[in-house]
Amino acid sequence: MFEMIGIPPQAFFGQLLLGVINGSFYAVLSLGLALIFGLLNVINFTHGAQYMLGAYVAWLSMSYAGVNYWLSLLIAPVVVGTFGILMERLFLRWLYKLDHLYGLLLTFGLALIIEGVFRQFFGISGQPYPIPPQLTGLQNLGFMFLPNYRAWVVMASLFICLSTWLVIEKTRLGAYLRAATENPTLVQAFGINVPLMITLTYGLGVALAAFAGVLAAPIYQVKPTMGADMIIVVFAVVVIGGMGSIMGSVITGFILGLLEGLTKVFYPEASNTIIFVAMAVVLLIKPAGLFGRIN
Amino acid sequence: MKKMNSLPFLLVLGCLMASSVCAQVSDNVVKIGVLNDQSGTYSDLSGPGSVEAVKMAVEDFGGTVLGKPIEVVFADHQNKPDIGANIANKWIDVEKVDMIIDLPTTSVCLAVQEICKNKNRIDIISTGASVILTNENCSPTGFHWAYDNYALAKGTGLAMVKDGGDTWFFLTADYAFGHDLEKSTSEAVTKAGGKVLGSVRHPFPNNDFSSFLLQAQASKAKVIGLANAGGDTINAIKQAAEFGITQSGQRLAGLLVFISDVHSLGLKAAQGLVVTTGFYWDLNDETRAWSKRWSQRMNGRMPTMSQAGCYSGALHYLKAIQAANTDEAKAVSQKMRELPVNDFFAKNGKVREDGRMVHDMYLVQVKKPEESKYPWDYYKILRTIPGDEAYKPLAETQCPYLLDKKK
Repeated sequence: MFEMIGIPPQAFFGQLLLGVINGSFYAVLSLGLALIFGLLNVINFTHGAQYMLGAYVAWLSMSYAGVNYWLSLLIAPVVVGTFGILMERLFLRWLYKLDHLYGLLLTFGLALIIEGVFRQFFGISGQPYPIPPQLTGLQNLGFMFLPNYRAWVVMASLFICLSTWLVIEKTRLGAYLRAATENPTLVQAFGINVPLMITLTYGLGVALAAFAGVLAAPIYQVKPTMGADMIIVVFAVVVIGGMGSIMGSVITGFILGLLEGLTKVFYPEASNTIIFVAMAVVLLIKPAGLFGRIN
Repeated sequence: MKKMNSLPFLLVLGCLMASSVCAQVSDNVVKIGVLNDQSGTYSDLSGPGSVEAVKMAVEDFGGTVLGKPIEVVFADHQNKPDIGANIANKWIDVEKVDMIIDLPTTSVCLAVQEICKNKNRIDIISTGASVILTNENCSPTGFHWAYDNYALAKGTGLAMVKDGGDTWFFLTADYAFGHDLEKSTSEAVTKAGGKVLGSVRHPFPNNDFSSFLLQAQASKAKVIGLANAGGDTINAIKQAAEFGITQSGQRLAGLLVFISDVHSLGLKAAQGLVVTTGFYWDLNDETRAWSKRWSQRMNGRMPTMSQAGCYSGALHYLKAIQAANTDEAKAVSQKMRELPVNDFFAKNGKVREDGRMVHDMYLVQVKKPEESKYPWDYYKILRTIPGDEAYKPLAETQCPYLLDKKK
């Protein structure tokens, strides 16, 4: 058993690297959530179910249509994003003027329904999804063996997070999105289709969740409750990062992944509570979150 | 005051008198409650499948016992002891349930067995694993049917040590079941001449095992023992393959693996795993016949040892009621211990004084994908472990009421 002081530095760096890898999952998921909350003020509890839908679209398309992993990375976000847009058009848009809690309740209820339906059809143990042949194998880094697939996950997450941030903060479309949600009436007066902007934003957030789902499919079991397991942690990440800040949630995702990784080395039994302890501490010291702003 | 109609009152009095005269079956119905995880981590290996198995037992028995109907009810304890305890109490106090069966999750078993002991009801544990259920926490009306941690630990542990796997590192689910399985296996391994190098406890349930597998790799133990079950075991095995654990020469010991887990993993990931099990659907003609009947009711899946064990336990219970001429718990328990268990699940099975149903266990290995010829053709039988060899000897019991008898 490794004692606190006696951990060899090699094992330590291995754990840190794993923490970064887990952090990249949290980053992509919390990005979608922060986008939806930051721009739309909707607490999207369906995020976990949409992550699960992304993984299932990948599995279903592979099992029934032979679609490979790379295509699924493109198709699943589009399919689930469309479903998200339908959800927004049919249900969510009636709730924007109301208290946050209504959005939370609606999305929570939808999440339960979606998970229940999938559980009914697919059972709870899950389905196997293989790692794509191009990404199997390991790299010997000296201090640990790093699976190629996990390295890919970090790179894909960083790429997606940076691209999304660029689009939102640096492009015209992003400017319209941000303006439309900050002051919809004024922006609509300029002739910009505000409801469309809002719908697209929601669709984008959902597509990000589905993308994370496809990334997760080869390494975590594709099962109906995979989202429920993740969603609470992702919420904590977004809250710590600051609910208005997109970049904040990405950075926090990585930091918390590292924190969790360290806890797994020193006191593994606490590894699924440490993020909530961190959330409590951060909220006590800085209620708006690490990077957030109080409006 | 309203004028009371005395007819209902007389009828009730009449019924009470009648039932007290031929007081064989309490409340004129034998109610069996299947209490398990209907929708969570353990629902595929027990869940609705166990309910179907019990219903099949009732149907095969004839639907009535001692002239009274048999009813089957079920509920979801969500793997939480407080919810399980509440349901058990409500069932016994209000809904007149006579026997509670299945019970995955050791922490729930402990709570429910205690309640049944105090309220004089029978519980038959088919999915719960911990060996303390027939030792420190034994009950005169509690029965442990399909398997237990001791049998798994001895079966798999011994086999792997004999095969050269003499240093072990454990990945343990951090709750009662995981701790118990780790303890039983450590003892079995040490007794066989092996050495335990260390262990790490992971939260239950858990998704990502990369960190713990890395620690296991660094320990350089020849065998990594997975002291967990269900979704945890599946994820651990999948990720072990990803991290090249077996490529670098270490072996995985899946201490508690159900056929539903193998189905979920796929043979490519699970091949080569050595597992101890209490039942395999494809063992012989009788097991195949029963399993195919069950399969038709369950969308083509095949039963796990827990689900098959529920059928066997329920059927034996009904036979015992018949023999005892009452459904009173202590009398039925006595008969359950006297009658041999002889069905497709267990040939020459015997229920001991501590509640343990002793029957043959099987050491199996998961087939390679090319060796599997038809759906669910997953195991090859390495050896049959006779019941007396598999389970903890009565002489070593820690069961309080048996220890008292010895004094």
